[in-house]
Amino acid sequence: MIEAQHLTKTYGDKTAVDDLSFTVRPGIVTGFLGPNGAGKSTTMRMIVGLDAPDQGSVTVNGRRYAEHPAPLSEVGVLLEAKAVHTGRSAENHLRAMAATCGIGRRRLEEVIDMVGLREVASKRVGAFSLGMGQRLGIASALLGDPATVMLDEPVNGLDPEGIRWIRGLLRGLAAEGRTVFVSSHLMSEMALTADQLIVVGRGRLIRDVPVHEFIDSASVQSVHVRSPEAGVLRDLLTGPDVTIASEAPGELDVIGLSSDEIGIRAGRAGITLFELAPVQASLEEAFMELTRDSVEYRSPMNAAGASNDEDAA
Amino acid sequence: MSTEMSTAPAAVRLEPRADHRVTLARVIRSEWIKFWTLRSSWLTLLGAVAGVIIIAQLIGYNTGKSWAHLAPEDAAPSGVMQGYFLGQLLVGVLGVLFVSGEYSTGMIRSTLAAVPTRLPVLAAKALVFFAISLGSMLPTCVVAYLGAMAFRTHYGHGASLDGNLRVVIGTGVYLALVGLIGGAIGWIVRSTAGGISSLVALLLVLPVLLEVIPGTFVKSVSKYLPSEAGSSFVSTVHAQHTLSPWAGLVVMVVWTIGAIAVAAFLLQRRDG
Repeated sequence: MIEAQHLTKTYGDKTAVDDLSFTVRPGIVTGFLGPNGAGKSTTMRMIVGLDAPDQGSVTVNGRRYAEHPAPLSEVGVLLEAKAVHTGRSAENHLRAMAATCGIGRRRLEEVIDMVGLREVASKRVGAFSLGMGQRLGIASALLGDPATVMLDEPVNGLDPEGIRWIRGLLRGLAAEGRTVFVSSHLMSEMALTADQLIVVGRGRLIRDVPVHEFIDSASVQSVHVRSPEAGVLRDLLTGPDVTIASEAPGELDVIGLSSDEIGIRAGRAGITLFELAPVQASLEEAFMELTRDSVEYRSPMNAAGASNDEDAA
Repeated sequence: MSTEMSTAPAAVRLEPRADHRVTLARVIRSEWIKFWTLRSSWLTLLGAVAGVIIIAQLIGYNTGKSWAHLAPEDAAPSGVMQGYFLGQLLVGVLGVLFVSGEYSTGMIRSTLAAVPTRLPVLAAKALVFFAISLGSMLPTCVVAYLGAMAFRTHYGHGASLDGNLRVVIGTGVYLALVGLIGGAIGWIVRSTAGGISSLVALLLVLPVLLEVIPGTFVKSVSKYLPSEAGSSFVSTVHAQHTLSPWAGLVVMVVWTIGAIAVAAFLLQRRDG
C-alpha cells in the first residue's frame, strides 16, 4: 500500500509534482501513466526517499520509506535508466545490494535465474544492453522479496519476449497479494497489464480509475462531419445527450448520435455533406486527449480554446 | 480516487523478514564488496603501494651514495619517505572515486534506496576506506623505510626504525586520513572531475599559492592546511613556520572530521 498525500516537488521554477494524492493498493497492478515529464519518476523517487517533497507526504504500508528497518523487503524499486556502477559485474552489484540487509546467496542466485541473466552475470554492467540493464534493475528490485514492487518504465528497451515476461511477472506479483506500481508513458501497455490507472499530466492527478472503466469511457464513438452548412447542421443535431465540438470551420465532431442518424437529419433538411465518418477513439487517443486537457489547464492561451469547445457543446 | 476495486483480491500483508534489517555491519560488508569488485580500486591502491616503496628505494640509494652533498632535510631519516607526495594523490583520488563513482554512474540511487537513512552508507564507506588504506599504507611505509635504509646502511648512513616510528607510522596514518578527506570531498562535490580537482587544489595548489604571497599572516595560516600540517607530522626536520609534529596530527584529524561532518550534513539534506 502506497499512500501519497498532496505531494509537491519543485525544481527551480518548474513544478514537477503538483499537489498529487493517490493510493496504490495491494493485490492489483496499478499503472502510473503520463507523458514524459509528467512527474512520474519524481513521484517514485519521493516514495523511496531519494527526493524530499516540498509539501505533502508519502508512506509505504503506513510508514515513511526511510523508517522501515528492512527497506529492501518493503519496497523493491527499479528507477529510471541505470542506477548501477558500470564497472561492476551484475552479480557483484547484486551481492553488494543484498549485503546491506543480509540477503543470502540462495536468493541472489534465484533472482539472477528469474530475470534470465545467468549467462551474463559475471560481465561488467557497462557492456550491457538497455534490456539487460532493465533485467538487472528488476532483479535488484526483487532481491528482498518485497511486499511492494515499484518499477519505473520497466518495458523500456525490452524486446517483445521481455515485454511479455514483464507482464506475466507483474500479474504474478500482484496475484501473490503484493502492491505493484508501474509507470509507463504507453497507454496500450498499461491496458494490457494494469488493473487500476493513475493518470498524471504536468505533475497533477488527472484520473484515478479502474482500467476497464477507462477503456469503456475511451471507446466512445464520435462522428466526424464536414459540411458547407455546418452551422445549420449543428442546430439540427443539438440535443440533451449530444456533444458537438468543432475543430475547424465547416467541421463537426459529434458524440451521441450515430452516423446514420446524422445522415438522415441532414438529408431531410437538404444539407450537403462532404464527409460523414464514424471515428473510434483508441485508448492511446483517449490518453492523449486526457493529458492534452491537463496541458491546456496549465496554459492560459489554450484554456481559451478549451472554453470555446465547451460553448460549442 | 476510486473506491470500487472489484478486481482486487483480499489484501495480503507480506511481513518483511526480521532478518533483513539494515545494520551498520551489513552496510560495511556491502561497501567492502563494492570496493574490491571494481578494478580501478585495487589498481589505484597497487599504484600507491608501489609508488611509495619504489620512490623510497630510489631516494635511499641516492642519499646514501651522494651523502656528502646533501641538504639537511634530505639527509634526515624522513627524507626517504618523500614518496608520500605521490601516495597522497593516489590514495586521495581513490577516496574521491569510491564516492563520486556512485554519483557518476547513478549507483547512488540504488545505494540510498537500499539504505534510506543514508548516514550508515557514509560511515561504512569511511570505515571501509580507512581500514583498507591504513591496512595497506602502514606495511607499505614500513617496507619502504626498511628498504631505503638498507641502501643507506650500505653506504654507512643508516637510521633505525625504532627511532623514527612516528615518521614511518605517521606517513601511513597521514595517507589514510587524506583518503578520508578525499571521500568527504566526493560526497560534497558529487562528481569525479570536480572532486579530484578540489582534492588537488587543497593538497597541492593552495600551499603553493600561499607560499608565493609574502607576509607572516599568510605563513601562519598556511601551516594549518592539511598538507602542511601533515608534513610537519611525517618529518623528522622541524622547519620554521610549521606546527610541531603532534599538533600537525591533531590539525589533520580536525580537517578529516570537519570534512566528513560537512559531507554528512549535505548528504542528509540533499536529494539523492
